[in-house]
Amino acid sequence: MSHFDSVALMLSLKLGLLTAVVLIPLGIIVARWLAWHSFRGRNVAQALIAMPLILPPTVLGYYLLLVLSSNGPLGGIWETLWHEPLAFSFEGILLASLLFNIPFAIQPMQRSFESIPTVIREAAWCSGLSNWQTFLRIELPLAWPGILTALVLTFAHTLGEFGVVLMVGGNIEGETRTISISIYDRVQALDDAGAGLMSLFLLCLAFAAITLIYALHDRYGRTRPW
Amino acid sequence: MIVGPSGSGKTTLLRSIAGLHRPREGTIRCGDKVWQDSAAHICLSPQARRVGMVFQDYALFPHLNALENIALAVNDGSETSPQERARALLEMVNMDGLEVRRPTQLSGGQQQRVALARALARDPSVLLLDEPFAAVDQQTRRKLLRELARLRRQLDMPVILVTHDLDEARILADNLCVLHHGETLQTGTPDEVMSRPHSSTVARLVGLDNIFAGEIIAHDTQRNISLLQWNGLQLECPLRHDIAVGTQVDWVIPAERVILHRRDRPSRGENENPVSGEIEDYLVLGANTALTLRIGANAGNLFLSVPSHVARRNDLARGGQVTVSLLAEAIHLMPSG
Repeated sequence: MSHFDSVALMLSLKLGLLTAVVLIPLGIIVARWLAWHSFRGRNVAQALIAMPLILPPTVLGYYLLLVLSSNGPLGGIWETLWHEPLAFSFEGILLASLLFNIPFAIQPMQRSFESIPTVIREAAWCSGLSNWQTFLRIELPLAWPGILTALVLTFAHTLGEFGVVLMVGGNIEGETRTISISIYDRVQALDDAGAGLMSLFLLCLAFAAITLIYALHDRYGRTRPW
Repeated sequence: MIVGPSGSGKTTLLRSIAGLHRPREGTIRCGDKVWQDSAAHICLSPQARRVGMVFQDYALFPHLNALENIALAVNDGSETSPQERARALLEMVNMDGLEVRRPTQLSGGQQQRVALARALARDPSVLLLDEPFAAVDQQTRRKLLRELARLRRQLDMPVILVTHDLDEARILADNLCVLHHGETLQTGTPDEVMSRPHSSTVARLVGLDNIFAGEIIAHDTQRNISLLQWNGLQLECPLRHDIAVGTQVDWVIPAERVILHRRDRPSRGENENPVSGEIEDYLVLGANTALTLRIGANAGNLFLSVPSHVARRNDLARGGQVTVSLLAEAIHLMPSG
């Protein structure tokens, strides 16, 4: 029986959307700060941000599980507040998703802000624009290819993440079973057609996302996407 | 107008006035408003200072067209709409018709005009220009220079321009400030600074080539002159009572006050400080010809400029001997440095 798991797809879309909505604004603040300020420990901060790129997802998942479980620091507090566990819940995988997407969100935006010359911002101040007006009318329009790249990458990457989500969330239908996990599930159940259908969907989505990013940078960007 | 070699602190000074650089100590006042007072811990932001700044490479907003670049800077309090005001400013800098061009679609000279219009859009109390002609070719530079000179007469506001180009200074400046290694060496009208520099350093910085060392040997109060010993010659120069006889001095004469004697017939004032030398270099620069004379073994070279037709009529050539007059009133004495 071939089966396209639309519940898992909707869950993945919801996860991707929420991740992007939370992470992009926070990422803009951090990326902008990193682009224009030098401070002690800047390299350490950048290394921490890049960690999820090279850390095996199972390792990240393992440590997250320690923190999120009922005995862990965050999981404990969560349970006293809401009387339900954080691990193996949607909130748990959202938190994990926010963490493993940090480099995908911050790095393209940081490159974008770095490409804005300081003198352009100074010209804005000397034109009487407040810091907030400078941000809205000068910085955001100039950095937007990077912001869009971050958005697309974060969203697409959330849909595809497997290891961390499995470690932290397990495989609970409608709660933590994302489309990537569902593919694994289908293969285990010998439903090759279902797995193939969903895989093809993710393949097309990834291809479309990357093509979109390149097209945007080609058209508007003054920098390479990454 | 602030002149000085690169690294002398010109741009830093301008940035301090604009509020982009915070000097450790000092006071900046504009009219009766204090913009910075380090003792009173006052330092206004660039937004609060009402400066119009034209940056060296213009720093136009790349995502906005010419009109939008200017409209963004228009003061909120003005009566007309930002668009209308921006249009009027573009017209003032002769850029009407190019409203919708992006900065990348404009030439260097056009970008400079937009930058100038943007700086004026705020109705600033002072206009700051940082090497405004550094990034354009010679021909455009001359055109922009003329326009800026005209604009300056129209505008009722102080203009502070930073440059290392003395021709700009001579054409545009009411007042000249010579900076070197972060210090003000001399302030005055261009004419004053260029004909009566305080020191040989200033003389060199403002592009005077004829700088020599000599000794005061006598004062003649009756003829109102002092006598200067130089290279075995006695030169007459304006009376300087303040310098004691026997003092070593540096002296300078602008190249245009060195007058060539004509071969065919004597001209007026030939008795005035005659100096002979051999033409070491002969360079035709269009309408004028630059001559370098070797006076003596140790005296150094004397530079002068003559109209090219005069040079031709007098058969001037490398290696030829000529006599020139150093106009006494143009010889300026400075402390030996």
